[in-house]
Amino acid sequence: MPFLPHTNADVASMLAVVGAADIDELFDEIPSNLLNTGRGNNAPAAGDAAGMSEMEMLRHMAERARADETGPCFLGAGAYDHHIPSAVWDIASRGEFMTAYTPYQAEASQGTLQLVYEFQTMMSELTGMDVCNASVYDGGSGLAETILMAVRAGERRSKGRPAGGRRRVALAGAVHPLYVAAARNIVGHQGIDIVQLPYGENGLADPGRVTGLSEPPAAVVVQQPNFFGLLENVDAITDQAHECGALTVACVNPMTLGLLKAPANWGDGGADIVCGDGQPLGIPMASGGPSFGFICTRQSLVRQLPGRIVGRTRDLDGNPGFTLTLQAREQHIRRAKATSNICTNQGLLVTAATIYLSLLGPEGLRNVASACHARTRDVVAALELPRRFDAPYFHECVLRLGQPAQPIVETMASRGMLGGLALGPYFSDLSDCLLVCATEKRTTSDIRQFANALQDAVRRAA
Amino acid sequence: METIFDLARAQRRAGAQVPAPESVEDLPKTALREHLPALPEVSELQAVRHYTRLSGLNYSIDTQFYPLGSCTMKYNPRGTHRAASTPGFLDRHPLAPVSVSQGFLACLHELQEILQRATGMGSVSLTPMAGAQGEFAGVAMIRSYHAARGDTGRNEILVPATAHGTNPATASMCGCIVREVAVGPDGDVEIEALKAAVGPATAGLMTTNPSTCGLFERRIEEIAAIVHDAGGLLYYDGANLNAVLGKVKPADMGFDVLHLNLHKTFATPHGGGGPGAGPVGAGELLAPYLPGPIVEKTAEGYRWTEPPHSIGRLSAFMGNAGILLRALAYALMLGSEGMQRVGEFATLNANYLAARLGQEGFDIAYPNRRACHEFIVTLAAQKRRFGVSAMDFAKRLLDYGVHAPTTYFPLLVPECFLIEPTETESKEEIDAFVDAMANVLAEAESNPELVKSAPHDLPAKRLDDVEAARRLDLRWQARKRSL
Repeated sequence: MPFLPHTNADVASMLAVVGAADIDELFDEIPSNLLNTGRGNNAPAAGDAAGMSEMEMLRHMAERARADETGPCFLGAGAYDHHIPSAVWDIASRGEFMTAYTPYQAEASQGTLQLVYEFQTMMSELTGMDVCNASVYDGGSGLAETILMAVRAGERRSKGRPAGGRRRVALAGAVHPLYVAAARNIVGHQGIDIVQLPYGENGLADPGRVTGLSEPPAAVVVQQPNFFGLLENVDAITDQAHECGALTVACVNPMTLGLLKAPANWGDGGADIVCGDGQPLGIPMASGGPSFGFICTRQSLVRQLPGRIVGRTRDLDGNPGFTLTLQAREQHIRRAKATSNICTNQGLLVTAATIYLSLLGPEGLRNVASACHARTRDVVAALELPRRFDAPYFHECVLRLGQPAQPIVETMASRGMLGGLALGPYFSDLSDCLLVCATEKRTTSDIRQFANALQDAVRRAA
Repeated sequence: METIFDLARAQRRAGAQVPAPESVEDLPKTALREHLPALPEVSELQAVRHYTRLSGLNYSIDTQFYPLGSCTMKYNPRGTHRAASTPGFLDRHPLAPVSVSQGFLACLHELQEILQRATGMGSVSLTPMAGAQGEFAGVAMIRSYHAARGDTGRNEILVPATAHGTNPATASMCGCIVREVAVGPDGDVEIEALKAAVGPATAGLMTTNPSTCGLFERRIEEIAAIVHDAGGLLYYDGANLNAVLGKVKPADMGFDVLHLNLHKTFATPHGGGGPGAGPVGAGELLAPYLPGPIVEKTAEGYRWTEPPHSIGRLSAFMGNAGILLRALAYALMLGSEGMQRVGEFATLNANYLAARLGQEGFDIAYPNRRACHEFIVTLAAQKRRFGVSAMDFAKRLLDYGVHAPTTYFPLLVPECFLIEPTETESKEEIDAFVDAMANVLAEAESNPELVKSAPHDLPAKRLDDVEAARRLDLRWQARKRSL
């Protein structure tokens, strides 16, 4: 076994202290019929019984990885190919960050704790909210946690009054279908109902639909930019939700908040809870994970927030220091009555995002956001294909190909290009539509190459 | 230490990271923000130095012995990090077509098979993103199974009184009611209490084995029979699998479904809180309910598939892929022989450490039982005699340059330390920890105030948790610059 330090002499002297003849004797409380059934062909690891050297393992993995390399990426839909400053992962990969546990021993974890406090501050600044948690798993499961939180908050507010739609949440228009799927699968077990308010012909949610609901829901969820990359009329939706007594939940891409209005400033009252996925903030796409989900909210709802929270306090000498706080919300204290079962979160990715946001600063993040929009505008201009929706888009947009999009995506892939997402599997009425995305990384030459390849594939298939 | 915001000055920037400005005149004004967010304005060197210095304030596996019980803080091989950081993996888009994903899918399929053989379960889904999400998947599968049979009255999940908090919290998230089953003085579940607890409302039992007391549940087969006879199913919480990896398979013990903590047993880093990965395995009965997507091998290559009665996806894509790749890289380096050594040497180290601490005068909570990969020391006597609590003891250990064991868990044992050295620690490191424990014990007797006011040599003195919760300060604000 490659990572054991024990010499034979060590083993002998350790067994002597224990008073055992051999290691097998240490397993003498386990029923013998359960022991060692996994030998020979039934053994757990692949490949050689003896295991690979690091060199062999790296060669094996590199061969696999090489098979999946592609050309420029024009696929977004929740995972985005941004530039990551070199310093981000050089620092995040330091053993002191990467191999530390959850900071339960605060005095021995001030590095992680202060960093998370800085992260909470940065996310609060981006969203305009009062507080942020120290992460949940991802955007999809984070939407589920946010819905559960909104329902809890609604039940507290309506104590003693009839429940009505309090265990129902409405989705306004095009929210990421994979987020919605994850959320349904998670909150459904608590009898919470998710109703979909359809998007209109322009691809946007209709604010009037919110007040048209027969029973007001606990919350209205709106994604900005929405799944189609379009800018929703978030002010009107927020106001309509509040008018019918529902909370407004904003699902956002934090990168876009370098430029877009902070959810706290939506409408007259502002969003009540903000969630999203932090992948665009210095985290590689890496097949969709690990990234991190985040939830920000108002101070008044902080006790309903799931996940860890870091607070600043003082030590015995009166000096400032950091510690996990409000732990009475969490599973290790509150057990069956906790706000969530989450324990392990996505801390290392929060580390990367915090370093990323420090390096980008306000101007850098704004310019990344505006470059993403500008490159996507370039893509639209380079193509002779119509947009499916005419509402303003941010850095993704839906193109109408006039024929099934899935085979076009396959053709593009066979030429080593990720040409976008065929929408048919997610929206049956959009099977001839392609969702494309461009980030600040796409060059004029990438865009020309993409436009030629896409139009060529469309022409050949027509 | 100063925060990054204290270092910031208006208009300072890390210029190499700032793209050229672009016009966004075409976007509606109402959608845009009026002021830039108050992110830090620092130079690249300032950011690099600040976060490098912050890292130095942490204890970590790479820098300290970290015997945190139930957390399996073993060495995280650097090679696995490098393997997962290969560009083809890092740059792969989660929705990339299968035709350009065969390398990644082959890796996942290989890991599925390894985990199937390690646990004895016929099918594995890799998607849950942490142990608690794996637990959620398992309980949701049990619920779906009962519901599919029209057995709708089963909404109770049984857990031993020593269970980790995620077990009852998970049961609640799945809409179940939690019933605790008593644990006897020998650390095993009380069979009579279990018999009294099961019935027509029993959906299942969640438990670890070894238990959170670090003891192998000797009557696990009898427990399985009682739960199964009552119509319930058995969930294996893999938090403590490291104790028996390569030695005992959960399926052989009678479990129907399980999760593994790859960030424990398969050596992926804890990252200061995460990420983890909590793959779920199931036998024949529950395999159709596994969360998707799963990788399937066909004559035409690998592809994604959904189990027929899947509880569905629990995250947007397919879980913490990068962690799965690290776990695979680790398993490949272990080989089957190496994997069998994991449980053996984790157990050797724990038993050696327990024996040494016993010799130094510490009370082992279950002295007549064999320790598995971890064991409990109770400091109740020291609390009584010197007024020094387990928390004080833990804080003083930090001064000796070792991380403290898990404190006050399981709740059953007063003033307890749950101690897990893991297999990758050398005899010398373990001996040094024994010396530190012995020194603190001597100090507790001769100078209890020294221990009660610890730590003394860390970046912060003892922090005031009560103050933190009473006067919430959850974000930096400019007006607090003077603090």
